[in-house]
Amino acid sequence: MSIEAKEEFRPKIVAFCCNWCSYAGADLAGSSRLAYPADVKIIRVPCSCRVNPMFILRAFERGADGVILCGCHPGDCHYTSGNYYARRRMTLLFSMLDFIGVENGRTRVEWVSAAEGVKFSTTMREFVDKIRSLGKNVRLEDLRCRN
Amino acid sequence: MQELINRAKELLADGTVARVLGWKAGDLPFNPEPAYFEKEEDFADFVYDGFCGANLSKYMIEASKLEGKTLVCLKPCDTYSFRQLMKEHRVNREKAYIIGVGCRGKLDVNKIRDLGIKGIESVQGAEIEGSDTLTFQTLYGEKTCSYADAMLERCHVCKGKEHMIYDELIGESRETKDADRFAEVEKIEAMSPEERFAYFQKELSKCIRCNACRNVCPACSCRKCVFDSNKFDSAQKANVNSFEEKMFHIIRAFHVAGRCTDCGECSRVCPQGIPLHLFNRKFIKDIDELYGEYQAGADDEERGPLTSYTVDDAEPGIVAERG
Repeated sequence: MSIEAKEEFRPKIVAFCCNWCSYAGADLAGSSRLAYPADVKIIRVPCSCRVNPMFILRAFERGADGVILCGCHPGDCHYTSGNYYARRRMTLLFSMLDFIGVENGRTRVEWVSAAEGVKFSTTMREFVDKIRSLGKNVRLEDLRCRN
Repeated sequence: MQELINRAKELLADGTVARVLGWKAGDLPFNPEPAYFEKEEDFADFVYDGFCGANLSKYMIEASKLEGKTLVCLKPCDTYSFRQLMKEHRVNREKAYIIGVGCRGKLDVNKIRDLGIKGIESVQGAEIEGSDTLTFQTLYGEKTCSYADAMLERCHVCKGKEHMIYDELIGESRETKDADRFAEVEKIEAMSPEERFAYFQKELSKCIRCNACRNVCPACSCRKCVFDSNKFDSAQKANVNSFEEKMFHIIRAFHVAGRCTDCGECSRVCPQGIPLHLFNRKFIKDIDELYGEYQAGADDEERGPLTSYTVDDAEPGIVAERG
């Protein structure tokens, strides 16, 4: 007799949210009782441009299967221009990850304002679904052929 | 080369410069190394030939802190690095006397070995005014190959033989560009993600973390590097954790993105032959395509692509869209 383990894959998702828009957006999603998967772990950062590309790589190294960066809409940055810099950095980083063959759905940038609780929860649901379909992140883990 | 030595001796003698930064002959005919020359008799082993690929601009960071001026010999591609370092306030223009030396492409000893020429005892034709054919006296007899076949990859995609900054020019240059700079990157982009991953896994698995690429890179000259050990007073820590080991080259490429002049030193010095320039060139290609053509070190004023922005830049989602 065998017991079939029907455990669903639960990805680990790290969401970097800027203090002024997206974190407040996540808060609004919560207080409006909008559900989004508990797989998403939010890390609050002062601004989206606080996110060093190394943070994203580090998150993957520590076992994240997907990383999403949320910030104020372009033009709405609390610090005037932080998200413009973040946008360039992330575009280049994602392009590099794509170049070395890491699935490009694992990383995402979304602009979520403090008033967009609904957008926050739908974005997170979409993203978690996407990562579920991609499965566990093994490529970055295995980049140096250790396994 | 004699003209260069004579001029250097002259400037040293009249006190314009306190030292000369150039290349001296190594223990083998194909490995000259960067060196300071402070006295006239030191010039006995001064050399400038096809094997002098080393970019001397990084040495000017330390030389800028020394007393008096330093005469530095820069090839056309090295002047981009020097100018970029100037822009970053790492080198002092006042402390440098730049002699722009001519270049007809630099040689790659690994390519020569791949051509089956091993056990090299002496080389003819590598001189800066030399011929198009290299003649080697080897342990296995005399062998020849064409100069162009033995050239470094970076010389085949040369940025141009114009010096970006100099006090005087010595020697003739010859155009060596005969390939498209981004052809290799495009070849990899055209592969499937699985093929790309397999390719980079194969290449990066060769890395022994010797840090040579970091130590030679003019853009990698932070006083304190993220890869320096915080536990030991040593810059040469190896494989402290798996994160570094895996991500080292991605992080390093990102740290120099927008400042890399594509001098190709990283690939030249890699003892494992990893094509490290591909990472930098991928960033340069992306920057050119997304934010407009930019050549680091070609100007003094323009802001780097990662320290500026426009309101209608592409969204990061473009990476997924172009597939």
